[in-house]
Amino acid sequence: MHASRLSRVFLIVYLIVLMLPIYWLINMSLKTNTDIVSGLGFYPKHPTFAKYLFILTDPTWQHGFGVSLTFVAINTLISVTVALPAAYAFNRYAFVGDKHLFFWLLSNQMAPAAVYAMPFFNLYYALGLFDTVWAVALAHCVFNVPLAVWILEGFVGGVPREIDETAAIDGYSFPHFFIKIFLPLIANGIGVTAFFCFMFSWVEQLLAMTLTSSHALPIPAVMTQAYALEGMDWSLLAAAGVLTMIPGAIVIWFVRNHIAKGFALGRV
Amino acid sequence: MSKPINNRAWFFVLPVLGFVMFSAIIPMMTVVNYSVQDTMGSNQFFWNGDQWFRDLLNPTTEIGARFAGALGRNLTFSLVALLIEVPLGIGMALCLPRQGWTVGFVLVLIALPMLIPWNVVGTIWQIFARADIGLFGATLVGMGIPYNVTQDPTSAWVTIVVIDAWHWTPLVILLSYAGLRAIPDAYYQAARIDSASRWAIFTNVELPKLHKVLVIAVLLRFMQTFMIYTEPFVVTGGGPGSSTTFLAIDLVKIALGQVDLGNAAAMSLVYNLITLTICWIFYTIMTQMDKRGAE
Repeated sequence: MHASRLSRVFLIVYLIVLMLPIYWLINMSLKTNTDIVSGLGFYPKHPTFAKYLFILTDPTWQHGFGVSLTFVAINTLISVTVALPAAYAFNRYAFVGDKHLFFWLLSNQMAPAAVYAMPFFNLYYALGLFDTVWAVALAHCVFNVPLAVWILEGFVGGVPREIDETAAIDGYSFPHFFIKIFLPLIANGIGVTAFFCFMFSWVEQLLAMTLTSSHALPIPAVMTQAYALEGMDWSLLAAAGVLTMIPGAIVIWFVRNHIAKGFALGRV
Repeated sequence: MSKPINNRAWFFVLPVLGFVMFSAIIPMMTVVNYSVQDTMGSNQFFWNGDQWFRDLLNPTTEIGARFAGALGRNLTFSLVALLIEVPLGIGMALCLPRQGWTVGFVLVLIALPMLIPWNVVGTIWQIFARADIGLFGATLVGMGIPYNVTQDPTSAWVTIVVIDAWHWTPLVILLSYAGLRAIPDAYYQAARIDSASRWAIFTNVELPKLHKVLVIAVLLRFMQTFMIYTEPFVVTGGGPGSSTTFLAIDLVKIALGQVDLGNAAAMSLVYNLITLTICWIFYTIMTQMDKRGAE
């Protein structure tokens, strides 16, 4: 299939439309608040990095970024680790209730965070985990663990079954085979899964904000607080917004060539 | 290709089960618990049977009318969003380059909106949609369209749909692109030999092969649009009036705003059940089609 000129034009138009809101955010983050409110401006007339400097040096904001990155990392680690054996089992074996279990797991993706917000609060409060990164990391497992199983299952399916059998004949014990031979084979899949877990945990806001109050405030909460305290500081919020895009952009750069495969191989 | 039956595979699934149970079943039981009780305050609960559910499902009560309204709005919204995002997503996926240095670059650009925290998405559009200082709002007003997010229900609706399309069409693109890449070159060569038209290639070669990823895309997008919360919460606050009060927004208002636990819990359960049913029907139809396709 050759990309015709027409499709290239469509693509470029789409990309421009897609980038406009993001450009507007960057534009805003470099403006002063007076410039923002004074009218439509396509570029910053008095560009300033003041807000970025402020966020990067302010302890509350630093802490917020630290908290967010920590629970996202914990969550990604948990999700991928527990999902790996399950994905293997779903792909390689038939067992009692496997289909129902798979749908039940997926169905947790369908529970609106709003449904869980209140009971989660009760649960983690009772466990003494409220207002820690662990509460958020565990809560995000509700949607990330099933998603991880789903994506990884596709990648496991991409590895021929003969490899398992050969390893068994060669006398590898199962754990040895799984860690030494199998995991390296699906390294791409692990990367892609980690990306999706990272993404959905990083962008989630409702649970993250419900489960924290002061010690473990994630970025969205710091942002909310910022405008509750100091009034609408658009340029500060915009700068914070731009900074929140960076971790995701870095992660996607690493998996860009495998991302397309992640779902193609997956089943439902 | 049949898989060996091995019930010991359950041990592999146990960790997942443990984590998801802990985070899903326990909270769900709390919700069930609230849904059948009433409180006089000060943590004293008494049995209330199915009263909350009866109120909720009866459109003549206040809560019932609210629920029916939000449900209708949400279903409409999901439908509109899917009708825009799926064709657009497939179309753009067809336009993406297949090889060369641009592929990685374009994919990163396309995925970027999905990586923005949802409240930041809200913040972006809060400004972007303003008629005085936002490009989107200013353009529409400049074209003579009476556009006002906070006053006019139609504008609010259009804005939420546009935000959702902007935010999530990339997911459909990535999925469709993945599906297209999986089509072997031989199929295209065969089509070329038959001198098939571009449209014929699309309907006879590409679309059938996309079936599987499209189902995933539609399922995911349905779930997400049916649960939409942050964008309307930040940009319109559910208004003007209740024109963009979708299910999740209403639920949070009832649960956390009014601390009306019984109503909120009953609504959570019914809401979840509706989502589950729709997805289950979809899942079943799809697996049936898959089976028939395999035969």
